[in-house]
Amino acid sequence: MSDIASTKDTAQYWGSDAHKRMVARRHAADKRLQFYGMAAIGLAILLLGILVASLVRTGYVSFIQTKVNLEIPLESSRIDATKPQAANYRVIVRNAFRALFPEVKGNRNLRNIDKILSSEARFIVRDYVVANPDMIGKMVTLDLPLSDPFDQLHKGVIPSQVEALTKREIGLFRGLVSRNVVSIQDGRTVVQIDAFVDPKKVLPDNLAFGDYGSIVKEGFRSYFLRRGADTSDSLLAPDAGDALKAYVEANPDAIGKTVQVKVPLASDYDAIFKGEVPMATNPRFASAEQVAAFNSLEIRGLISTPFNWELFVNSDSRFPEQAGLAGAIVGSFYTLLVCFLISFPMGIAAAIYLEEFAPTNRLTDLIEVNINNLAAVPSVVFGLLGLAVFLGFFGLPRSAPLVGGMVLSLMTLPTIIIATRAALKAVPPSIREAALGVGASKHQVILHHVLPFAMPGILTGTIIGLAQALGETAPLLLIGMNAFITSAPGGVLEPATALPTQIFSWADSPERGFVSRTSAAILVLLGFLVAMNAIAIFLRQRFELKW
Amino acid sequence: MLTIVFITLLAITAASYAMGRRRAFAVVHGAPENLHSRPVYHGAFVAAWVGIPACLLVVAWLALQGPIIEALLVDSLPEQKIKGLAPGQLDLLVAEIKSVAAGNIFGQPDAAVREAAARYNGWQDIAQWSMFTCAIAAALLGLALTRRRISATFRARHGVERVMNIIMIACSLIAILTTLGIVVSLLVEALRFFDRVPWTEFFFGLNWEPQIPIREDQVTAGGAFGAIPVFTGTLLIAGIALLVAVPTGLYSAVYLTEYANPRVRAIIKPILEILAGIPTVVYGFFAVLTVAPAMRSFGETIGMDIAPNSALAAGAVMGIMIIPFVSSFSDDAINAVPHSMREGSYGLGATKGETIKNVLLPAALPGIMGGILLAASRAIGETMIVVMAAGLIARLTANPFEAVTTVTVQIVTLLIGDTEFDNPKTLAAFALGLVLFVVTLGLNVVALRIVQKYREKYE
Repeated sequence: MSDIASTKDTAQYWGSDAHKRMVARRHAADKRLQFYGMAAIGLAILLLGILVASLVRTGYVSFIQTKVNLEIPLESSRIDATKPQAANYRVIVRNAFRALFPEVKGNRNLRNIDKILSSEARFIVRDYVVANPDMIGKMVTLDLPLSDPFDQLHKGVIPSQVEALTKREIGLFRGLVSRNVVSIQDGRTVVQIDAFVDPKKVLPDNLAFGDYGSIVKEGFRSYFLRRGADTSDSLLAPDAGDALKAYVEANPDAIGKTVQVKVPLASDYDAIFKGEVPMATNPRFASAEQVAAFNSLEIRGLISTPFNWELFVNSDSRFPEQAGLAGAIVGSFYTLLVCFLISFPMGIAAAIYLEEFAPTNRLTDLIEVNINNLAAVPSVVFGLLGLAVFLGFFGLPRSAPLVGGMVLSLMTLPTIIIATRAALKAVPPSIREAALGVGASKHQVILHHVLPFAMPGILTGTIIGLAQALGETAPLLLIGMNAFITSAPGGVLEPATALPTQIFSWADSPERGFVSRTSAAILVLLGFLVAMNAIAIFLRQRFELKW
Repeated sequence: MLTIVFITLLAITAASYAMGRRRAFAVVHGAPENLHSRPVYHGAFVAAWVGIPACLLVVAWLALQGPIIEALLVDSLPEQKIKGLAPGQLDLLVAEIKSVAAGNIFGQPDAAVREAAARYNGWQDIAQWSMFTCAIAAALLGLALTRRRISATFRARHGVERVMNIIMIACSLIAILTTLGIVVSLLVEALRFFDRVPWTEFFFGLNWEPQIPIREDQVTAGGAFGAIPVFTGTLLIAGIALLVAVPTGLYSAVYLTEYANPRVRAIIKPILEILAGIPTVVYGFFAVLTVAPAMRSFGETIGMDIAPNSALAAGAVMGIMIIPFVSSFSDDAINAVPHSMREGSYGLGATKGETIKNVLLPAALPGIMGGILLAASRAIGETMIVVMAAGLIARLTANPFEAVTTVTVQIVTLLIGDTEFDNPKTLAAFALGLVLFVVTLGLNVVALRIVQKYREKYE
């Protein structure tokens, strides 16, 4: 705007083209800023959407489980009715499953068939028989889970076939094509090479047994001089040497000379040149026969995908198809219970003292500064505190929900104290004065009159604090709550995991099935968080009084 | 056993509450208006003096029982068994005795160990039973002493309120105790670390290879504790996070405060806050599952090699997480600028954008800076995202496409699994923790100071 003042004739300037341009420029700048703001918000919301979408996309399949409907003869010769848990269920289940594929022969193929079924299936049958001992000697039909690769295959997470060639291999081939040496001859894709028919490798008196293969490879390698020798060999068909052999047999005088021949390429490259995509069995599966056996199960209608109750009933397992969250949910429950029992009364007591009783002095100032700073200390530092003090000094057990809850309560305490103080402050002075007026002591005023009015606010703050504590991972890792524990804890002193640490250990597991289990576990965790926050919002809106 | 003790104490406390209350009625012959305090206070007074001292006794007993029995155990071991043992070996022996005592017998423990285990179990039993007896004796003593004091003129309410005051003060002191606990535990372990590794190496060394050999013949790196690459890695990732979060947060705050209508604002603001409420382990998995592979394949298409655990992926995801910090602090700061300044600017003919750029942002700058510093401290202390998405190997580089490691990653990886408190590897984690605590605390104090100063200016 300073250029307005420097304009000599202001009156002429208003409405001039220069002025209009300047106004337009200023408004454009304004619009631009608005656009940037909208773009920033759009970006943030888009990222949130991508986060949720990618979790749902990978996670939803874990809420169903692929199972096979299997008829199992519980022969009394194999199961001792007095000791049903001791029978060899591995063999019983294996034989029942193999009976579905009478056409498969050979030990290796049969073992591949066994791998379709989850290796935990025998324990399910064992538990069933132990629970129903009167079924011994009869035929039972059970839905048993499939192993992880087939579970993933049935859900469409992984394909049964993958592209046979890597991008690099295709790149090599495209380079070859661009040299105009590849063509189709008699329905096969061939490459033209210069081959030196080495008299040492092909003897004129015995043309049928020459080492044509290595001659062809050598000639072909000249196209890939800059790469290692072995990279090029896989492009040639196994019978590439035969083309040269036929040529030499037709022209015996070629020995000792360099000749131009066309040799066939491997079938995968043949397919690419003809515009197809060469496929091979996914290396996750043992063989194409194994996949075919699974497909026959699908065709026979034996495969079903019921809701995956195991996800909530089972505890952790090395096998993704059997791993569940029960242990982690119970562990998280105990941890939060301890956290609540410590931080809720302590937080309210501290807040009442600081808000209602504390004199303003150095000590209370120090306490307030400390509370504010504790709220911003990185969570991993609380883990270090728990490790050094609770585990190292007091000798409490590792991985115990008690210790986890104690550490988390130290982190939740500032949240609860701050929320309680705000809630106490919001109770109007008229309530206090009326209570004091009828002769209540200060403690009675607060306990009987102020605190009940402040309770919705306090509970809201507490639930939000506990929701934060539920998602906290790092301090629990340091006190060992990421251990591999296959049963739900029975108390606060037993080793346990929690939901977030379970997510962490699953995310670290190499099996493909754990990717979707991790996403599913995250969805469960987010579900709990949403529920807790919804309760907090409900409490605030339903019970909080407006004065 | 412990459960039985607490349940018994609870029962005695409840009974003594009832007894105190009934006694109060009895002393005035069923006419409570003659009492100074209402009967419930008499009951509460008795219950407090019965329950609290006994519980404190149990807690103190539990804290001291272990060390005392251990000392007795070591004293009772035969001379030739412990002669010439290093402290570490002695600990091992004690641990073996304890595990034998608990019934987990591996191999063939010798006779001395078996005897010691039997003695240990005996003492354990004696301690348990005497704790039980002492706690109940303390409770009954409290009951006897306080129940006699109940009379019409006895000021039970004052007594109860005094007890309540003490409890409330004790709870308030927890905050100080926690800070003290953090400082002391970090300092003690860090000082033990600096006993073994000179602090100059830690703060100025360029080589971080903490995996020291555990056995003599193990082939590992020598164990170097120069933390500079760890610090630079932390700064690199936090810097990337701020590069993502500051513009996004600031622009969204500007839009929400100045351009958006209240309805839009009421919807958008909570959605942005969701970003801060998602657990960090979820972000970590998101980085591994989606962001890092996407960046890697993008790098491949433009012919660049991006590490699968690049600083860029971890930093960008961390940036998403701290967007709400920046935006809500900037939002508060812009809202706190007095309306007169805004209107003055409009009065001079400035557009909305010019008002924001030339008036509001300069005036709100201290508050925004405070928010950014808090976000930086959050980024430096953030653990799970980097543990899952960043690297483990300390590399001194400023290239965001390479993998770097951070302070928090090192703390977690050094302490995960079995931890012994006597090798520099685990102690190094505490030294790193101390640095982390001091830096984040400093950032927080400065940020809060700036925000407060700025608020005072406009109030």
